[in-house]
Amino acid sequence: MNFSSKDNANPLVHESQTPRYREENQDDDIHDEIDVREIFDLIRDINDPEHPLTLEDLRVVNEKDIFVDDKASSVIVSFTPTIPHCSMATLIGLAIRVQLLRALPSRFKVEIKIAKGTHQSETAVNKQLADKERVAAALENNHLLGVVNQCLTMKN
Amino acid sequence: MMSIRQIATLSGHGDRVWGVHWNHTGKHLASCSGDKSVRIWGLEGEKWVCKTILEEGHQRAIRRVAWSPCGNRLATASFDATVCIWDKKSGEFECIATLEGHENEVKAAAWSISGSYLATCSRDKSVWVWETYDEDDFECAGVVTSHTQDVKEVVWHPNEDIFASGSYDDTVRIFEEDDGEWVTGAVLEGHDSTVWSISWDKSGDRLSTVSDDKTLKIWKRYKSGNPQNIVTGSSKYSWKCICTLSGFHERTIFSVDWCHQTGLIATACADDAIRIFKEDEKSSSDEPTFNLLCSYNHSHAQDVNCVSWNPAQPGILASASDDCEVKIWKIDDV
Repeated sequence: MNFSSKDNANPLVHESQTPRYREENQDDDIHDEIDVREIFDLIRDINDPEHPLTLEDLRVVNEKDIFVDDKASSVIVSFTPTIPHCSMATLIGLAIRVQLLRALPSRFKVEIKIAKGTHQSETAVNKQLADKERVAAALENNHLLGVVNQCLTMKN
Repeated sequence: MMSIRQIATLSGHGDRVWGVHWNHTGKHLASCSGDKSVRIWGLEGEKWVCKTILEEGHQRAIRRVAWSPCGNRLATASFDATVCIWDKKSGEFECIATLEGHENEVKAAAWSISGSYLATCSRDKSVWVWETYDEDDFECAGVVTSHTQDVKEVVWHPNEDIFASGSYDDTVRIFEEDDGEWVTGAVLEGHDSTVWSISWDKSGDRLSTVSDDKTLKIWKRYKSGNPQNIVTGSSKYSWKCICTLSGFHERTIFSVDWCHQTGLIATACADDAIRIFKEDEKSSSDEPTFNLLCSYNHSHAQDVNCVSWNPAQPGILASASDDCEVKIWKIDDV
């Protein structure tokens, strides 16, 4: 992608937010419920589609914007586009959605939303991300699936 | 008291099952899936088995399958932007025609009661009407582009040549023929999000619709000059929402089916539940009350995508789910 065409050429880069959960919880014998930190670990390293940075580096995903209810099999992730007119918002949401669909047990209902008031097309993007039929059709598109997989290829 | 009992689990699809539809005799059930195939199920002795698998008609997921009223044909709507017509004249189902024209994914297909029309709708926002003159010939009789977004559903009236569509633009539209042209006859506004599914009652004077807004709505048509004084303007009919059922569904409702034998309404929901509603016979026909008879909460392990009442055996219901399974249910004491 051409550098000059980026929506946000100089995004703010932040320090890592919290220690990694999986580094402190290595005991597979202990059954514990899926919690916010576990979800955060699953999505913090997703690559931004435009920059060689992660969604955590850019504060697109934050622990405080994740809701988990393991018993109700419900996960809600709100994400914050770096700028209010970010054209990549749907793609970023789709990448988060695909990552969680692949990583979580199938009983989970995953909702991906733009954090309230952080994008000018919030309602339209949210509606599209919530429409599983359109998500399913999008993921049958090999080009789009390739781009999503690129976002999901963790560097470490 | 009412009870719901699972009588069969039909496994075999390799991906989510999007749709199920009974043939007119209620002896065969067709299911379609993200695995690009259709399976036809029937009884062998006491056991439900897969009788036929239809493959190689489509390159992508099959979203809907619809039996023709005579039961000799199937239409399949696919994300590959085509509709296949399968015919069993030769004894086995064969793809006799592929209908092309939609620009994007085809979301639904439905036959008119006479069997001479087929309606299809797509993410390209259009609704097409196909006419079949002789056996293998399908011609486009009209394209209507009044929806402003992805069209999810088309369903023909139980005895007239009109049909309804539901869309991502939150509206329901009624289509009719006017002077040889297919036109939009009415726009039903009231849902706050995507309308996923529509079902007519037996009389065809009422419609049930379900939505991403988690409500089920009942609409009634009033002829011009109706005694209730519902304004119809210059058109023959006016449609009015006469009942909204909210608070019963926790997530998106993907499918509704209004049984023409029992009058029961079944819904399929993304909260994994199947729910059955019954009209209170004592309530007014202009302001009816519908009661939840039962909510079967973990009917499937994932979202329920479709429900279909058996047209010949009262109380038999089929359901399709993201969990790749089809289930058959018996609702007793109806």
